[in-house]
Amino acid sequence: MPTLVFDGIAYGMLLFILAVGLSVTLGLMNFINLAHGAFAMLGGYLTVAFTQRLGVPFVPAILLAFLATGLVGAVLERLLYRPMYQRSHLDQVLFSIGLVFMSVAATDWLVGSQQQNIHLPGWLQGRSEFGEGALGMGHYRLFIIAVCALLVLGLQAILSRTRFGARLRASVDDARVAAGLGIDVNRVFSLTFAVGSGLAGLGGALGAEVLGLDPSFPLKFLVYFLIVVAVGGTSSVTGPLLAALLLGLADVGGKYFIPKLGAFIVYALIIALLLWRPNGLFSRGGSGR
Amino acid sequence: MWNAPRPILAVSSVRVSAARRRLLAGAVCLGFALPSMAQDTAFRIGLILPMTGPFASTGKQLEAGVRLYLAQNGDMAGGRKITLIVKDDTGAPDVTKRIAQELVVNDKVQVLAGFGLTPLAFASAPVATQSKTPMVVMAAATSSITEASPWIVRSSFTVPQVVTALADWAAKNNIRKVVSLVTDYAPGIDSEKYFSQRFTTNGGQVLETLRVPLRSPDFAPFLQKVRDAHPDALFTFVPAGVGTALMKQFAERGLDKAGIRVIAEGSVTDDDILNGMGDGVLGTVTAHHYSAAHDSAVNRRFVQAFMKANPGMRPNFMAVGGYDGMRVIHEAIKSTRGAGGEALLAAMKGQIFESPRGPMFIDAQTRDVVHNVYIRRVERVKGELWNTEIETIADVKDPGKAR
Repeated sequence: MPTLVFDGIAYGMLLFILAVGLSVTLGLMNFINLAHGAFAMLGGYLTVAFTQRLGVPFVPAILLAFLATGLVGAVLERLLYRPMYQRSHLDQVLFSIGLVFMSVAATDWLVGSQQQNIHLPGWLQGRSEFGEGALGMGHYRLFIIAVCALLVLGLQAILSRTRFGARLRASVDDARVAAGLGIDVNRVFSLTFAVGSGLAGLGGALGAEVLGLDPSFPLKFLVYFLIVVAVGGTSSVTGPLLAALLLGLADVGGKYFIPKLGAFIVYALIIALLLWRPNGLFSRGGSGR
Repeated sequence: MWNAPRPILAVSSVRVSAARRRLLAGAVCLGFALPSMAQDTAFRIGLILPMTGPFASTGKQLEAGVRLYLAQNGDMAGGRKITLIVKDDTGAPDVTKRIAQELVVNDKVQVLAGFGLTPLAFASAPVATQSKTPMVVMAAATSSITEASPWIVRSSFTVPQVVTALADWAAKNNIRKVVSLVTDYAPGIDSEKYFSQRFTTNGGQVLETLRVPLRSPDFAPFLQKVRDAHPDALFTFVPAGVGTALMKQFAERGLDKAGIRVIAEGSVTDDDILNGMGDGVLGTVTAHHYSAAHDSAVNRRFVQAFMKANPGMRPNFMAVGGYDGMRVIHEAIKSTRGAGGEALLAAMKGQIFESPRGPMFIDAQTRDVVHNVYIRRVERVKGELWNTEIETIADVKDPGKAR
């Protein structure tokens, strides 16, 4: 039982890393980017390329994946996304889902459709058992939890404590007034988008080992990202975190105790939650979005 | 006087034009005759494969197998030139059916072949029946496929063939309690059913039957359940790509250290990807009809030629299904001197030959394949991972047809 809780938490943390970038772009910039998973996939494939083709060790490889995906995100933001900010949500959805299909086809063409394998370093492969196997913790899952905890603390600090965080919040509340006060709104959004994409890339890099990695990745996990954001709300970092943990625990628990229903448990839970609180579990209301 | 020659001239000009018309008509006739003669000599085979999408590797292996057979044996058979028309169905049944119809109606193919997955074969079966076109299933492995149309001949294998052999082996090798974990789709359910039946008849006990959704991202909860049930072995059948993740998480969760063995349907340690699966799969016991490590002269030649024609690729059971399927078609065309339909189907039935997999026979009654099933263990040989054959069960008929 404790093992199950541990697995659920690790899975939830992973979903959080994957989805937090989407919550940032959706919540702060009010832009619906369904292509978020494509950035996650890019991060995963870059990690495979770095570790297996170039011989980069695992930890630097995932950091590189984060930076490279962020860079791609910044470039695409400038070229493709910026003209879409002022368009309707329907346009944004159609535009970004189109990007998803293009990324799936492009990956299929470039590297093929087979599953990719990440080779973990030895120190991440083991497992620690406590109390006659009552609690078993895979080292890689511990690593995911540690990375995620650091991310939550870091993001929370940046958003609430730094000047950049204040500028970002100001730009989101009213872009025109913020610009009038001398804030370079375009740059703030650009940077935010880059960090959001980079986080997706990091999630993909970390998740490839647990979730698998093939060209259908962005479509396969789109639902999970959207659930995390919908349930967690987009007004904070802690909302999506708690939502992701809930999702992870429910998914793991559901599959363990009622394997016949498999993944259905999660969806049933989400429907119930959203009926109960249509604006998400942790939304404070007010923003009216 | 000047008027007199005119009619003559006119008449002669009519004659000329009539002659010209005859000439033209002849030319036109010739023009039509040429392509129709070409149609008579070309024997068209419609090869429908998933070339893109999640099952693209299946299509790639199948096509490579078919082309290798033609390259080795020539594309002339029974005085006809064999023309392959390769179409991509992306792994979607409705697309397969549409393509099968187009191939039969527009391209006038005389054989339909390929079919990477069970639903794809089922979708096309009615087309074969209605158009009386022999249909060679080179990959799909659900038992009942050959019963979907009397025009279907299979060159791959059937899931019940291999899993019942595995159940027999397990019972003889101190495996009493098993948890079954299969992917929730037709071949997975087939394998669970036939394995459990045979294993229980042998006195074994199936503690739990778990079905994993096709899109399940994480095996953790399922494997934890396996571990907590304390079986002697885990029986599993998941699509090849997913197998890697499963085996990795199996080791990561310490199931191997808890004394649980893995026995699997052979697709899990597919030769195409086996070498990339890592040391986690070492020692996994599987049952299947083909291993690239099969020890025979025919197979060594096949593997060598295949790897030469497709650098960086190791032939798997799909490639052999394509290779043998093409052999069955090729020989049938030879013996019918190029006639199609009923005669061609009859010539496919009952063929006995040595395939890279070992001896192989197309049962005339069931139109299904009869061949050896091998128990294999994953071992590291010369730095690469291979399925080493450790036991042979000779001439296995599909148990699904025995009823």
